[in-house]
Amino acid sequence: MKKEALSDRRKFILNMARGVGYAAIGGFLWSAYLDDAKASPLILRPPAAIPEDDFLKTCIKCGLCVEACPFDTLMLAKPGDHRPIGTPFFTPRETPCYMCEDIPCVPVCPSGALDESSVTVNGHLDINTADMGLAVIDENSCIAFWGIQCDACYRACPILGQAITVEYSKNERTGKHAFLKPVVHADACTGCGMCEHACVTEKPAIFILPREVAMGKAGSHYIKGWDKKDEARLKNAHAIHTTTNVSKKKAVDKLNSGLEGLLDE
Amino acid sequence: MSKLWNNYRYLILRRFTQIGLLVLFFGANAWGWKILTGNLSSSEILGVIPMSDPYAVLQMVAAGAVVATDLLIGVAVVTLFYFIVGGRAFCSWVCPINLVTDSANYLRRVFDIDRAQKTKQPITRNMRYWILGLSLLVSAFMGIAAFEFVSPISMMHRGIVFGMGFGWAAIALIFLFDLFVLKNGWCGHVCPLGGFYSLLGKFSFIRVHHLEENCTLCMKCKVVCPEKQVLHMIGKESLPVLSGECTNCARCIEVCDDDALRFSIRDFIQNKKMGE
Ligand code: SF4
Ligand code: SF4
Ligand code: SF4
Ligand code: SF4
Repeated sequence: MKKEALSDRRKFILNMARGVGYAAIGGFLWSAYLDDAKASPLILRPPAAIPEDDFLKTCIKCGLCVEACPFDTLMLAKPGDHRPIGTPFFTPRETPCYMCEDIPCVPVCPSGALDESSVTVNGHLDINTADMGLAVIDENSCIAFWGIQCDACYRACPILGQAITVEYSKNERTGKHAFLKPVVHADACTGCGMCEHACVTEKPAIFILPREVAMGKAGSHYIKGWDKKDEARLKNAHAIHTTTNVSKKKAVDKLNSGLEGLLDE
Repeated sequence: MSKLWNNYRYLILRRFTQIGLLVLFFGANAWGWKILTGNLSSSEILGVIPMSDPYAVLQMVAAGAVVATDLLIGVAVVTLFYFIVGGRAFCSWVCPINLVTDSANYLRRVFDIDRAQKTKQPITRNMRYWILGLSLLVSAFMGIAAFEFVSPISMMHRGIVFGMGFGWAAIALIFLFDLFVLKNGWCGHVCPLGGFYSLLGKFSFIRVHHLEENCTLCMKCKVVCPEKQVLHMIGKESLPVLSGECTNCARCIEVCDDDALRFSIRDFIQNKKMGE
């Protein structure tokens, strides 16, 4: 039995459907690849970069920031770098950001992916307000925590005394030496990576992570009673009272309830 | 000598432009030249005139980015330029991938691979428009400029200016695809940027024009044209090439020994007036 030839109309519809099918497959593969390419939470961006999600859609990958940096800090991700292709990043252990006062990498950005206003204070560029990431110390491998004297990261920091301080404490093991332990202060650290670059250990004991990765979050329901500003959050707050069967009675009555029999004896 | 010039003048000019632009971009990054900074995605001439890839910005818009004024001005500059000179002049005079696909094509002719593959081309040239549409959809869906993350054009250009990484692999892939799998495979069928510029160049002023009286039907032009469907009028009618898919590479003009093809603005306008 021979099948009837397809009518032109039918052929057209079938071809259209095939086209749409191919496009759907292509779209899925493409999206899957992009999803993977986007997922690079440990990437460090140039100063003044807007939040990562927006950065990925806004940066046009022109490399003008890369060309502007006098220290060759910034790189555009190449295939094989395992980072979103074409976007600028830096690797502090190799070349940190030297925190140029005039921040040449930022004003050249044509796309707004680097936002000048975020590093401008009173009409002047201020690199100390940049936020590329946060230095994190691994106290297990930092030799200063072992009691060996080292302040390489402390001295390397462009805002030393604020972003890193050294904390002195008694070394109980020897009884006659002090620990000089570096401490990073999250509010001042810009994430430039000078400390990571300077660290003397084989793999750096202090390293920069994107702030979202490096920091936790306590939530808004904890209040620092000793901090006037934080305490002010309580000002217009009012308590919420929930009444349950149990809480209808006074606490003491509740605790003593069911004991009546015992007391009688 | 003059025959050499006559047969290759546009090719020489084209290579000169193509490579010259790469050298300027490379020099900006390597030696701090200020003539042409950035790359094909976005750049500046002498630090003053901005230029941006309109297709990249279109994807960014689809992705939901807030597009900065600087970029929009750059887009206007580039769009206006290619609107006038013919969109796909980008493909043959600027795009670095053209060097790759042209050499694949050249080898095809040398080894006669064309004739070995007599079967019908399996993929439609309209695929680029499908991919163009798809790229905008995927951009909107994923919230990033979808083609920019896979574009071998940007990869190669960035690679030359900023360092290649494994970008070589993408370029080699295109070369092999064009050489062994599909004639004019990438530029003529797949590349959505080429598709974009085809649409943009539909109305441009600079056109190749065919004079039917001079044509001896040798068909050298069709052999050398990367988009030979645009030359459908050869030997039939005196018409300008109206398709935006013509890359304005002018190879057809110089391989024609009978002066049946030439660049012309006037003929195009005249033809338009007469209702084509
Ligand atoms: S602030 Fe200076 S060193 Fe740091 S990335 Fe920008 S240009 Fe480079
Ligand atoms: S200058 Fe701006 S748009 Fe260009 S690569 Fe740097 S961050 Fe991206
Ligand atoms: S990253 Fe290191 S060097 Fe830079 S500010 Fe923070 S602690 Fe200092
Ligand atoms: S340089 Fe490294 S080991 Fe030394 S104190 Fe700094 S973090 Fe610790």
